Amino acid sequence: MFGQSQFAFTRGNAFEARVKADGGAELLRLVHEKLDRGAEPPAVGHVPDLSATGPEGRAARTALALREATAGTARAPGLPGTWTLLDHPMLALDVAGSPAYLEPDAVVVHPDGSWTVVEIKSFPVLDGSADPAKVGAAARQAAVYVLALERVAARLAPAPRVRDRFLLVCPKDFSNLPTASTVDVRKQRAVTDRQLARLTRIEDIADTLPDGVCFSPELPAEELTSAVEAVPATYAPECLSTCELAFHCRARSREAGAVTSLGRPVRAELGGLSTVEEVLAAARGEAGDPDDPAVAALRRAAELRAEALAAAGAAAQEAAVCL
Amino acid sequence: MSLITTLARLEAVRTGRAQPAATVRHRHLSDRPLVFVPLITAGEAGAPLGALVGTDRDAPHLLVVPQPRDRDLRFAFLAELAGIVLPHVEAYADSVEAAERTETDPETGKRVKVEVDLCADAAQLIVPSRAGVDFVRLLGRSMRFRRTAEQDPEAPHPAPPRVPLLGRWLTHYGERARVPGSSLLLAMTDLLGRHWATGQSTLEDQHLGALLAWIAPDDEELTGAEAARRVELARDADGQLLCPPAGPATDPAFDNKLLAPAIERYDRARTALAAAEDGLEADDRLGALTAAEREIRALVESRTRPTWDAVWRGMDLLRELPAGAHVEDRWTRDRWSFTSHRDRVLAGEPPQPRRDDAVTAANKLATREREQARLEAQEALDDPLVMAGRRLAGEAFAGEVTDIVMAYSESKRPSPRPLVTVRTDDRPHLGERAKVYRSLGGKPQAAEFVEQQEEGVLVLRVVDKMGRGKEPEAGSVPKKGDRVCFTLFEHEQRGGAKLPDPERTPWTHGGPPGEKAAVPEAPDAQTEEDVL
Ligand code: SF4
Repeated sequence: MFGQSQFAFTRGNAFEARVKADGGAELLRLVHEKLDRGAEPPAVGHVPDLSATGPEGRAARTALALREATAGTARAPGLPGTWTLLDHPMLALDVAGSPAYLEPDAVVVHPDGSWTVVEIKSFPVLDGSADPAKVGAAARQAAVYVLALERVAARLAPAPRVRDRFLLVCPKDFSNLPTASTVDVRKQRAVTDRQLARLTRIEDIADTLPDGVCFSPELPAEELTSAVEAVPATYAPECLSTCELAFHCRARSREAGAVTSLGRPVRAELGGLSTVEEVLAAARGEAGDPDDPAVAALRRAAELRAEALAAAGAAAQEAAVCL
Repeated sequence: MSLITTLARLEAVRTGRAQPAATVRHRHLSDRPLVFVPLITAGEAGAPLGALVGTDRDAPHLLVVPQPRDRDLRFAFLAELAGIVLPHVEAYADSVEAAERTETDPETGKRVKVEVDLCADAAQLIVPSRAGVDFVRLLGRSMRFRRTAEQDPEAPHPAPPRVPLLGRWLTHYGERARVPGSSLLLAMTDLLGRHWATGQSTLEDQHLGALLAWIAPDDEELTGAEAARRVELARDADGQLLCPPAGPATDPAFDNKLLAPAIERYDRARTALAAAEDGLEADDRLGALTAAEREIRALVESRTRPTWDAVWRGMDLLRELPAGAHVEDRWTRDRWSFTSHRDRVLAGEPPQPRRDDAVTAANKLATREREQARLEAQEALDDPLVMAGRRLAGEAFAGEVTDIVMAYSESKRPSPRPLVTVRTDDRPHLGERAKVYRSLGGKPQAAEFVEQQEEGVLVLRVVDKMGRGKEPEAGSVPKKGDRVCFTLFEHEQRGGAKLPDPERTPWTHGGPPGEKAAVPEAPDAQTEEDVL
């Protein structure tokens, strides 16, 4: 599940290179057409060099380039040539007290000084529509970039506007011609912002761990496993498609008999009961408060299920006798 | 998921084996299903890499695209696929029986019965998983607008002759698969998931191998969870999954370690052959190219064959269940759908448009809603386990008849309106004078809720299906002591919302199709790096 096929990688890279070819001419044209038709069309895009050593260095370089590009547009607003394309900039975002480094595919500085996030994906837009799950994932990703850009913008005076629509560029139909659409990420941005604010700071989590716990991948497997187990986790099946620890957490969740391992909706249906044994005991009438509506519903469900299976079994036997 | 299914899942966790989620088979299974196990190269839109296809479980056809980026090789693959799928479909299309259909007479506007052909059976297509259904749709979309050299001598890359037609059929199958309860195109994971509850989430049930591990593990010693985990994760010394994913996407480790080098060798052999300077050298190099191609074929077969076998294994398990009573009725609807597509093709109509017009879209939506209601009602009537879920939800109730009082309607010719008292442990959500239905010899008999005498004691008034006389016909009214089951939902779905014919589409919805629709849609633009 993890790791990427080199075919997907090659195709993704080839498409991104095509979209950004010629100093990003095509990409800037798309941004102009989809987001900023009122502005002067881009003649030549300015593509600053963002290379630096280490993520911190690159993030600093990016912030500088953003400032220069924005200041440049302020001096000569609306003039052609004042479009700037930042190719693979590096942004830092504070996540639970530690900086996380993010690398959007591109950020564009408009002639009016506003900033737009660009994501280039290799899933196709077929007859004008794309896989909603993939578009949703791209929007959540872009929302994080918008947040990170806002942090950079807040340090500038006057703070430039970070646009809350991002440009999603995908191949059209079965070709590798780019097609672009804009997606509003205000909602995703708000959700992520709230989640970030709520996240327990990493140091606070660390405080709850036994002393000397270490997560270095160089550790022997056993030690590493027990280190990982010391961290409380709330596994749900969705983890399987997003987290590398999923099989590990699933095993623990199953060992603990957590009903959430069958899915969050299952857990929601069962009221206060959270383990498989608890639920089954309540269903059999061996435990649980019969006045609790969740327990009563379970008992009724168990009775009805047994009755139906018995009826079906009897019918099958009858059919067998008739043969 | 109903609480009853949740309990079944928890029971599966406890016992380590999947538990029944149905007591009958709710989908039609053909005697000769066409099984299709496709693979794509990872890369999002997916260029086909190969497939196993056929009706003989011991002898599938192996189709391979040794270099998926090569348009000619992809066309060869599609042509080969058409050569297998179309004769199968056409054999069904050719065998018809007479049937009646009600149509609106264009002159009088009256509803009249007309005699038409109905295909005696329809071709059924089975793929391993839902992603396979999507891929069938994608294949259909990529092929149906292609132009053959005969249609358009100027076409830059003409498609092989039967490919556009295959595209139209696959599009039809893909669209039909969106209709609840239809069985023209089915995913094995959906089929098994409908009939068994495993001790894992529905997300994990999307893995055909893991699903089967819960239902019928190869190794009886293992619990379902253990067997499923082996299927998901176990790798050989080479880092390859012991049980390859059901596709169409392959495992990245397979792509990177085995497939990519093999494709590279194939490319090199091809370049070498093209550069050969004389016949002798060419012969040699042709040998090398053939060997390289054979290697890729073996790789594709090794990744599709386990899935192919798993699909047939799933079919065996499903065939052990008796068919639900209404399955045949729904299959007849599939036959109508199959027949109507056949007729459109025969009439020379253009391929399905990229986007539906307003009326077609609304019709499809209405059909899906109606078929969903039909499916839910029929499954409950066919299967006590499904009915149990409806009873738990307050949408049906079962119990014993404790009293019958004869009564009559207050009209000039009084008809029987007997009052039936039912004692039940169920708690149906009955409103005042709510209609309820029970199945009487396969037909719904309606009754009206009169009152609740005490907790669990309901009085109903039977209102129809008792004959024309003053006394009800024998057997048409339940007797004291009978077990009865009434539903709050209707058993039969009448024709859906009245929508105008496409020609009368109101301007608010885009107006009649007019001349725009008469012009067939243009083929897709082609570039050097196309995928399909
Ligand atoms: S699988 Fe990952 S996301 Fe899920 S609970 Fe474990 S660590 Fe957290």
